[in-house]
Amino acid sequence: MEIPITYYLYLSVIIFTIGLIGIFLNRKNLIVVLMSIELILLSANINFVAFADYYQNIAGQIYVFFNLSVSAAEAAVGLAIMVTFFRKKDSIHVDDINSLKG
Amino acid sequence: MTIFLFFIVSIIIITSSLLVILSKNPIHSVLFLILVFFNTAILFLFSGAEFLAMILLIVYIGAVAVLFLFVIMMLDINTAKLRQSFLNYLPIGLFVGFVILLELLYVVSQSKLNFLSKNITENKITNEIFENTKIIGNVLYTDYFLLFQLSGIILLVAMIGAILLTLRKREGAKKQNIYKQILKK
Repeated sequence: MEIPITYYLYLSVIIFTIGLIGIFLNRKNLIVVLMSIELILLSANINFVAFADYYQNIAGQIYVFFNLSVSAAEAAVGLAIMVTFFRKKDSIHVDDINSLKG
Repeated sequence: MTIFLFFIVSIIIITSSLLVILSKNPIHSVLFLILVFFNTAILFLFSGAEFLAMILLIVYIGAVAVLFLFVIMMLDINTAKLRQSFLNYLPIGLFVGFVILLELLYVVSQSKLNFLSKNITENKITNEIFENTKIIGNVLYTDYFLLFQLSGIILLVAMIGAILLTLRKREGAKKQNIYKQILKK
């Protein structure tokens, strides 16, 4: 109760930036990219919970609940795509994912 | 005292999330990700979100992180080869990251939020009669019922998609042929 909400916001900003930099840095490993996405979603969740406490409104926590289910689904589908890709090309380099010629 | 604990937990979160993206071995990354999730659960407890803290432990650590571990152990990745051109994207990554970090820090530092003036609404997150889990249940199954079902459908679609993506035909796998079974000669 006595923790100011801006501390939570600073923490979530820092985690968000770490996740974002992680996506850029780990171009060679798709698993770490997925983990960075999890970090970004986690920073959003910290914000939601902090504001739910700040406004004393339960809707923020409900939204975190939905956010958790969506991120679990995203992790499952992302890892399944990665397994399929590894079977095809025998690697999970981000630079090898160029079949669409994008 | 609480603020002291908050700083300790925050430092652990920031350090281990840095180690998630910097460690060479993906398994170490997953283990540090588990540490991040665990400490975030402690943060949720500070904010009075007991149910979400436990859900974070069960869903993230118990399901998602273990799924990551399984996939990493199955894939047999050559870690030395993976780090070859690590530094190619370092300048632009750091540039974009720091620009976003500075902007967000400026926005937060200029905000007019004051934690002393709390707007109390009717759906309080904790009170004397009900605990947090009961309040979430009361709201989730009434006001947000359609969204709850929608998240169930999302999970179902994700499950079907994951099974379908990783399905492959194999020789010698025993399978039931219903047409052949009920066909009358």
